[in-house]
Amino acid sequence: IGWSGKAFLSTSCCPKVCIVGSGPAGFYTAQHLIKARQDVEVDIYERLPVPFGLVRFGVAPDHPEVKNVINTFTQTAKHSRCSFYGNVNVGKDVTVGELQQAYHAVVLSYGAEGNRRVGVPGEDLRGVYSAKDFVGWYNGLPSCRELSPDLSCETAVILGQGNVALDVARILLSPLDTLKKTDITQPALEALAESQVRKVLIVGRRGPMQVACTIKELREMVNLPGTRPEMVAADFEGVPEALKDLPRPRKRLTELLMKTAMEVPGDKELERRKNATKIWGFRFYRSPTEIFADPSHSRTAGIRLAVNRLEGSGERAQAVLTGEVEDVSCGLVISSIGYKSLPIDPSVPFDSRRAIVPNSVGRVHQAAGLYCSGWLKTGPTGVIATTMNNSFDTARSLLEDVDSGTLDISTGKPGSQIVSMLLEERGVKPVTFSDWEKIDSLEMRKGEVCGKPREKLLTVEEMLKVART
Amino acid sequence: MALVTAMRRLAQVSLREFSRRSTAVSWGAFHTAERSFTTGAQPLRSDNKVTVHFINRDGEKITVKALPGDSLLDVVINEDLDFDGFGACEGTLACSTCHLIFDEEMYKKLGPVTDEEMDMLDLAYGLTETSRLGCQICLTKSLEGMVARVPESVADIRQTKDGSA
Repeated sequence: IGWSGKAFLSTSCCPKVCIVGSGPAGFYTAQHLIKARQDVEVDIYERLPVPFGLVRFGVAPDHPEVKNVINTFTQTAKHSRCSFYGNVNVGKDVTVGELQQAYHAVVLSYGAEGNRRVGVPGEDLRGVYSAKDFVGWYNGLPSCRELSPDLSCETAVILGQGNVALDVARILLSPLDTLKKTDITQPALEALAESQVRKVLIVGRRGPMQVACTIKELREMVNLPGTRPEMVAADFEGVPEALKDLPRPRKRLTELLMKTAMEVPGDKELERRKNATKIWGFRFYRSPTEIFADPSHSRTAGIRLAVNRLEGSGERAQAVLTGEVEDVSCGLVISSIGYKSLPIDPSVPFDSRRAIVPNSVGRVHQAAGLYCSGWLKTGPTGVIATTMNNSFDTARSLLEDVDSGTLDISTGKPGSQIVSMLLEERGVKPVTFSDWEKIDSLEMRKGEVCGKPREKLLTVEEMLKVART
Repeated sequence: MALVTAMRRLAQVSLREFSRRSTAVSWGAFHTAERSFTTGAQPLRSDNKVTVHFINRDGEKITVKALPGDSLLDVVINEDLDFDGFGACEGTLACSTCHLIFDEEMYKKLGPVTDEEMDMLDLAYGLTETSRLGCQICLTKSLEGMVARVPESVADIRQTKDGSA
């Protein structure tokens, strides 16, 4: 860019940091930086007009308490030394290189917007979706609005046994009365009201002692009204004996799973199960090899699962093919095998094998002044609290570099002054945090009308329209 | 909320840089100037307060007085104790960041743990046999002088590396 830094002198040499992405990683990094030094100024850039990333678009609608972190993020955003710029696509509207020239440091916290492919034939048939898209759909992510998943089948197969898989199963089988009171989108609610899905299988390559989900989410399934569990007792061979050596968290989780699968229930529970109209269950030692189309080829009709056995035990156990296969009829396949980060700017180092930005404690390799936090840094696993810690670590690295002089803050930087100019030249109008608050108020007012915490706006156009009022 | 706490909060709001105070995680270190103001304020009744000692991650002991009925998370927030990331979900049993560790004797006095708390506690980094979640422990006079240690990290165990928990 042909500008002279001196023309935009900031009189103080306060460190100016730019953060790309306004999910938990972005906000926790900002929070830590602002708190640590009285002179740091932080600008957060976000592609969508609305902030908060997966807290808004990933956390299940029936887990509102998990979204309480939004309160602390809001405090950060409204801090005098923090500014939010929504509707700015870094990589397209402004490059990372331009940001690096405008700021003393740039922190990439844009998470994982892609997903791992299963890599089997039939994966692109109608009726097959990634959990990322399915979750985005029921949570109102604008890019997933057109998903219109086909729920006109009896059986759904979910590949993967982590918490996202359980979220999907729970949303598919929850009583409508429960969902009606959440911030799930109206179209999703309507689709689920028409849903014919009555059986959900949650399929994993390995065994009961390797499930990636955690006990709270499992308990929610066990207690889900109107449903009953149905599992294969043989899958639990060897498990009771192995229990005593497990650490407490894994032990409790496995015990609950075992009890649910094998224990003969008491009268009350028997009665409840008799009246249940929906079924759910884990299926173990199964890997997908092919997804079949129905005769008219328009959608999926079933999935072929290879049967595995385990080699080794515990967390490191490996699934090994036995040669046997099993076919399951189903009209819906949701793959929940992991999110994946994508490169957004060719100038930023990217490890395509691990799908992360190569770094050491958040310092991007071979890129001075460039940092990363959140899933982009460590890969797409962990909950908000994990990301919080991860982001604090990156912030600490950055601050260490300021203290040691590795990060040179002796010359003033123009920060948002120059970026705003560039964006204006390019016809991009950022959304401020107060603009977001107009969207926020409208969503909450709309929600109030129908007994929901909010009714989300579903398109970027609608969001921008409200932001500009 | 006790009148004293409410008054103290009102006084704090005017000293803060940001426009809105919520019940979110405290910003402790910011407000060292305000801390002397708040601890200097004399409570209307001091005889039924409970003394609580926190050991922070630097090994420093911080002693505060709180009211019976307050949860330990309430205490951390009300006293602006600066524990990084403490209480992310604001006391709704949706995280494990208010993880605290007690000595055996005190742990026994704290009473039974619900399944709900245990489920979240199971995910806490550095879990011990005498760990509890601060948001679930309500103060009583019998817990006078309790010592609660804030463990090293707030990382939730769900930070899986190979997909298994």
